[in-house]
Amino acid sequence: MPNMSPTKVPMPQQDPNVRNKNFEEVATGYTAEMAMEEATRCINCKNRPCMTGCPVNVPIPGFIEQVAAGNFEKAYEIITSENALPAICGRVCPQENQCEGKCIRGIKGESVSIGRLERFVADYHMAHGAKAELNIEKNGKRVAVVGSGPAGITCAGELAKKGYDVTIFEALHKAGGVLSYGIPEFRLPKSLVAKELENITDLGVDLETNVVIGRSLTVDDLFARGFDAVFLGTGAGLPNFLRIPGENLLGVYSANEFLTRVNLMKGYKKGEVPTPVKVGKRVAVVGAGNVAMDAARTAKRLGAEEVYIVYRRGAEEVPARKEEVEHAKEEGVIFKLLNNPVEIHGEDGWVTGIEVVAQELGEPDASGRRRPQPIEGSNTVIPVETVVIAIGQSPNPLIRQTTEGLETQKWGGIIVNEETGESTREHVYAGGDVVTGAATVILAMGAGKKAAKAIDESLKEM
Amino acid sequence: MYKIVKKEVLNSVVVMMEIEAPYVAARCEAGQFVIVRVDEDGERIPLTIADFDRERNTVEIIFQVVGYSTTLMAKLNEGDYLQDFVGPLGQPAPLNKEWKRVIGVAGGVGAAPLYPQAKKLAEQGTKVDVIIGGRTAELVLLKEKFEKFCDNVYIMTDDGSLGEQGVVTKKLQELLDAGVKYDHAIAIGPLIMMKFVVALTKKPEYNLPTAVSLNPIMIDGTGMCGGCRVTVGGETKFACVDGPDFDGFEVDFDQCMKRQTFFKEEEHECMMKLQADQMQN
Ligand SMILES: Cc1cc2nc3c(=O)[nH]c(=O)nc-3n(C[C@H](O)[C@H](O)[C@H](O)COP(=O)(O)OP(=O)(O)OC[C@H]3O[C@@H](n4cnc5c(N)ncnc54)[C@H](O)[C@@H]3O)c2cc1C
Ligand SMILES: Cc1cc2nc3c(=O)[nH]c(=O)nc-3n(C[C@H](O)[C@H](O)[C@H](O)COP(=O)(O)OP(=O)(O)OC[C@H]3O[C@@H](n4cnc5c(N)ncnc54)[C@H](O)[C@@H]3O)c2cc1C
Ligand code: SF4
Ligand code: SF4
Ligand code: FES
Repeated sequence: MPNMSPTKVPMPQQDPNVRNKNFEEVATGYTAEMAMEEATRCINCKNRPCMTGCPVNVPIPGFIEQVAAGNFEKAYEIITSENALPAICGRVCPQENQCEGKCIRGIKGESVSIGRLERFVADYHMAHGAKAELNIEKNGKRVAVVGSGPAGITCAGELAKKGYDVTIFEALHKAGGVLSYGIPEFRLPKSLVAKELENITDLGVDLETNVVIGRSLTVDDLFARGFDAVFLGTGAGLPNFLRIPGENLLGVYSANEFLTRVNLMKGYKKGEVPTPVKVGKRVAVVGAGNVAMDAARTAKRLGAEEVYIVYRRGAEEVPARKEEVEHAKEEGVIFKLLNNPVEIHGEDGWVTGIEVVAQELGEPDASGRRRPQPIEGSNTVIPVETVVIAIGQSPNPLIRQTTEGLETQKWGGIIVNEETGESTREHVYAGGDVVTGAATVILAMGAGKKAAKAIDESLKEM
Repeated sequence: MYKIVKKEVLNSVVVMMEIEAPYVAARCEAGQFVIVRVDEDGERIPLTIADFDRERNTVEIIFQVVGYSTTLMAKLNEGDYLQDFVGPLGQPAPLNKEWKRVIGVAGGVGAAPLYPQAKKLAEQGTKVDVIIGGRTAELVLLKEKFEKFCDNVYIMTDDGSLGEQGVVTKKLQELLDAGVKYDHAIAIGPLIMMKFVVALTKKPEYNLPTAVSLNPIMIDGTGMCGGCRVTVGGETKFACVDGPDFDGFEVDFDQCMKRQTFFKEEEHECMMKLQADQMQN
């Protein structure tokens, strides 16, 4: 008899007024009992609608059944047959739009908490599981993977398992892509990212940091060095700015700069590390995606008293994960929706405030979202000392400028065959944010996996 | 890890190091830079490639000890390792083969980044004169190295202890007024120096195109953070990917100078802590 409780087993978490002052993980995770109880809410639907919502086809009811039975290692095996990074996906996937969004139990009441269960299983395995014995037969072919974000590590892992010699080249001094430099510690502990990366290097993948493709080496150099194929998973790391007056004042950061200072450079350990990060008493974060929520909650944790999310659209259009928006509100972040920034004010070169114009929603635009329109004369200035711009990123131009035959979209995204990840240049594949523009971890992983399959098929014949 | 194969203390505040870095040495060109981290947890600091040796797989950096990271780095010795060393970053300096004669103007440690550009110009057959400035004789860098290939090396010191007494712009103006014909100027040094050089070369009577090398605060050096943004010709540019060399006539120097001060307080705290630690040891 399934558990017919209409609500999820609640997730234990730190109290909002405690956690908004520390960088420890907000949600502390299910216990085995909680996980088993939640797992019994799954009614094992025959047509498995939840799976159609998962971009990498995790066999959801199959693993949940094992959780309910207390066979956590078996559940881990089932998940990792399709998803190499379950501890990460369980934490950061926008489940409400994906697997959980399609769950039957979500029609009346709350869906099964697939994400939390996935996280539990992965954490359990990390704490208790034995390292799998590997027996990979090398096939003598070499693949270069550029970028060590979710797209790159997934592609590398898949190919290594098939016997390829894989080298990942990463521009920064640390691997992980956005998982390392962007998503904060309190949402995705870096020790966990390190462990997931270790699983990849355990497969025999070489990781070379401090190599910028397009500068230290070009794509042509990689082929000249004997690589048979190249996968580009370089993400969308170039920050967009608003192009409004005052953007170069002191106190204006891109979200990338702000989060990189705090995460990659460990600026959250104030006084212990040399990389400085400065936050005013009042902070405005422009944008309302995951990046904006992370920046706002980070600012709060660094001691800002008033933190605003400034967003030109309405509540329905907020693109961040639901859970992050709730967490941000609980932690005291103030939402200024339907407000479009028009100018950043300053004095003697330093930020003193951000001027916004109130918006009303008009007809739907090309993206299907209702277009915000300014309400004449409604300008106000929010006094702040720090402004963080989190309005999206585009792919970095370094590779497209130095690789002949690689065609890109006007906005810089690499053009690929959607089924295979093949670019317009022979033996060069791409996937993740560098193809789609800023998207999600799981979509980047899915793209890495697809490309690995296509690379294997094309190289097998050679 | 990147091995320090040679270290030379050039004067009381400037150190040269030759670093084993095969990727950088293989592809770097004059005008490009690297980003260095001294140790785990270290900050990422940009330094210009002062020279390179493709056979030995090494590059040279010359840095002035100004704060926390450069102080730590100056303590390392031959045989020690730097944690991270990535490059070459930025655009190679746009050095035109058509230029017949160029004047280089360097202030302080700016002589180091000027050196590879001047050398490359000389190698392509351009006549090169340089003016090197320093507060006092010991702070004048690389005089002998420049003399190997420059037609004229003019030295200016604030106190007259070497060369002539005065600032670099005094000599530059003298040369221009004397009618020496230059096709281009390259000015590298403190922002305030570059600003004054440009104020001079931009005057209608000289109108001498001038490249400057900007050194805003950077983190990644690959276009990811936007922290290095500068305004050039009214547009925002990222110095690490679009530069670091720009047309001096178009640069908003006042904004650059302001932006460099953003972390003054924090840098000071960090330095105080290092000094306190050292006193205890
Ligand atoms: C702050 C923040 C929060 C986010 N929150 C979520 C979330 O909660 N859920 C979710 O699903 N998604 C989230 N995302 C989006 C998600 O992280 C990305 O969609 C995903 O990381 C894309 O993966 P990727 O592998 O394509 O690229 P990235 O993760 O961007 O990795 C690219 C890597 O390539 C390296 N690189 C770039 N250029 C070069 C080069 N020329 N040579 C060598 N290396 C290079 C970069 O340094 C980087 O390490 C968030 C993003 C950010 C920034
Ligand atoms: C492209 C480029 C090339 C450079 N080349 C050289 C060089 O060849 N030789 C040399 O001596 N110096 C060079 N610099 C400057 C050098 O990077 C700084 O002196 C160094 O980062 C100071 O670090 P610190 O911790 O010792 O000092 P800090 O105490 O941190 O700061 C001292 C001063 O250095 C500047 N600074 C601090 N951090 C950075 C940073 N991350 N990026 C840029 N500037 C910073 C600030 O203006 C600050 O006021 C270059 C800078 C750039 C951007
Ligand atoms: S990978 Fe993401 S979408 Fe797929 S089941 Fe796990 S949490 Fe859901
Ligand atoms: S849709 Fe929901 S209830 Fe049905 S199998 Fe999937 S997780 Fe279980
Ligand atoms: S240093 Fe980060 S964009 Fe230039």
